[in-house]
Amino acid sequence: MVNYFFLITLLPLIGFLVNGIFGYKIKNEKVAGIIGSGTILGSFIIALIAFFQLLGMPAEQRTITVTLFQWITAGSFNISAAYLIDPLSVVMSLIITGVGFLIHVYSIGYMHGDRGFARFFAFLNLFIFAMLNLVLGDNFLLMFLGWEGVGLCSYLLIGFWYEKKFTGDAANKAFWVNRIGDLGFMIAMFYILVNFGSLNFGAVFGAAGSSIAPGSTLITVITILLFVGATGKSAQIPLFIWLPDAMAGPTPVSALIHAATMVTAGVYMVARCSILFALAPFTMDLILAIGALTAFFAATIAVTQNDIKKILAYSTVSQLGFMFMALGAGAFSTGIFHVTTHAFFKALMFLGAGSVIHSMHEEQDVMNMGGLKNKMKVTFLTFLMGGIAISGIPPFSGFFSKDEILTNVYLSGNYLFFGLGVLTAFMTAFYIFRLIGLTFYGNPRYDEHKTHPHESPKVMTIPLIILAVLSVIGGFIGLPHIVGPNLIDHFLEPVFASARTILPVHHIEAGTEIMLIVISVFVAVVGIFLAYRAYAKAYKPEVSRNPVYNFVQNKYKVDEFYNAVIVTPLRMLSNLLYKFFDLIVIDGIVNGSGKFFTSLSGDWRKMQTGVIQDYAVISVAGIIAIIIFVLLVVK
Amino acid sequence: MGINYFLILALLLFSIGVAGVLLRRNAIIVFMCIELMLNSVNLVFVSFSSYLGNSIGQIFVFFIMTVAAAEAAVGLAIIIALFRNKETINIDEINILKW
Repeated sequence: MVNYFFLITLLPLIGFLVNGIFGYKIKNEKVAGIIGSGTILGSFIIALIAFFQLLGMPAEQRTITVTLFQWITAGSFNISAAYLIDPLSVVMSLIITGVGFLIHVYSIGYMHGDRGFARFFAFLNLFIFAMLNLVLGDNFLLMFLGWEGVGLCSYLLIGFWYEKKFTGDAANKAFWVNRIGDLGFMIAMFYILVNFGSLNFGAVFGAAGSSIAPGSTLITVITILLFVGATGKSAQIPLFIWLPDAMAGPTPVSALIHAATMVTAGVYMVARCSILFALAPFTMDLILAIGALTAFFAATIAVTQNDIKKILAYSTVSQLGFMFMALGAGAFSTGIFHVTTHAFFKALMFLGAGSVIHSMHEEQDVMNMGGLKNKMKVTFLTFLMGGIAISGIPPFSGFFSKDEILTNVYLSGNYLFFGLGVLTAFMTAFYIFRLIGLTFYGNPRYDEHKTHPHESPKVMTIPLIILAVLSVIGGFIGLPHIVGPNLIDHFLEPVFASARTILPVHHIEAGTEIMLIVISVFVAVVGIFLAYRAYAKAYKPEVSRNPVYNFVQNKYKVDEFYNAVIVTPLRMLSNLLYKFFDLIVIDGIVNGSGKFFTSLSGDWRKMQTGVIQDYAVISVAGIIAIIIFVLLVVK
Repeated sequence: MGINYFLILALLLFSIGVAGVLLRRNAIIVFMCIELMLNSVNLVFVSFSSYLGNSIGQIFVFFIMTVAAAEAAVGLAIIIALFRNKETINIDEINILKW
């Protein structure tokens, strides 16, 4: 009954193999597309079955472990390939397969005519496979397998159009920056293995909960290293620089990987290890601070960008910052709640942006758009839903999760970060409606004779509509206390129960809650209003001369800073090593030994004349010498 | 007749063969000299076989003749191939396999 849950991950793997191996033979795009999306739909259905099976069980026992096989055995060290199906992993699986399926369907329309069509679906399926391993794995190693797998797929898909140089560069950058974070994750795994003797979640968390003193150095080091891994994958300061560049990939990739799923891996990992993090108050404060700063700085950059995908990319970084704020404040289920709603509205907006880019013939600069709302009604309306959702207007989904995050940060007593969060919420509303205003309102700023924007085909708009509906109603699974029950919080509670016993408990009064709701709605409305007034009219792009504005628009020169401080010195060091160590020391040893033996053999080798009779003379002389020796000496 | 006459004849044939291999430059003649050395040895085998009243030596001779025939075929083929490549069978000029 339980055993077929492994199909959740197996189906995408099959899809990957079929499209990957036979893709070059599949000439019909529909076949490749249906294989690609169908397998994901299958996974989604099985994940739904798993979800309802969990619902049917008592709340405390909602855990199913599916052991597939013994993976690694070395002495007492034992790792099995096993999947852990509990509320947290089921919620994540539903997001991944559900949103993933919609994006697969959308891609059938978006990638139409691309010569790498089957390859694209193969990579997407491989990505889903890796991501599901990440969230379903029942030990750190299987999680790490998925962790690296999604990094690989991200690399493959960012560089999907490999003929262009900058996509290759962006793919490399994403890969390398992620490696830095992965290193932290790996060292954390070594620490865990040495100190707990196991990598199995149950064993490690059980041992940590019973034997580790809160705030001890060991647990702080482990959690900080894990968090370093999370900053890489989830694009937090200081490793966020790869995500905006990752927009070089096809837009469905940006929607699936760089907005809805992979970048939430770090959030999931911290939530999964909630008990470890709860034991390390210092790390929790660090996460809160990094999250708040990332949210704030990314939002300021998003305000100044002109590339439609870059705005959404920085918006993603900013929203991920919000999720980490929630985690840092100890509200793990709130973080996952925001992952869910964010997956809906950010996937929606990316796909909407893709629809716009598609109809504008690969134009991405919002300054060259405008007035599209009548030409692309479905795209406009769905995008607007997403915009309202991310801005935090009730009753759209983003409002509930963002408000809950701000409430939790407020309750944790970090008023500075609460203030930053409110400011970020204001900027969020502003930059999204700046984007909507510049794209859909105002006057057309493109050449109307050359470009004729048109609505995208149904295979693209239907996923948009479904995601828009989810963006509108998705928030009702997590209502504020004064309104109704918080379903998702309740559902996830067993997973975080042990962490919650350690963390301080905050009680909220109805008055405070209403005040916080009013604040967050107020800043969103002000942001929308200001953006609407500034951009939703005939707009003339102008080059800013304000140095502060330009500094922000250039992303605070972080890339240049890393280049100067890390990349250039490393280059110089490797150049030095190349010129000195490689050319002089290594080559010296190799060539020197060759020269030594050449000089030793210099004269002797002349014996080998090549004339057979010389050899024959020597051989006869040798025989005669032996005969003489035998006759004279031996006798 | 004593065996010594046969052995001295074999020794002479063998020495002529060695001298030919060492001194002549024509590959064919060198090759024939090698055959001569083989046959002188055959003579020694046959002589001792008769002297000792034992037929093993004669069996050996048949083997040597068989192998020598095969060797002659291979050797002559090599010499022809060499001649086609270098238009000479002077072994002083065939000396490129060297330091």
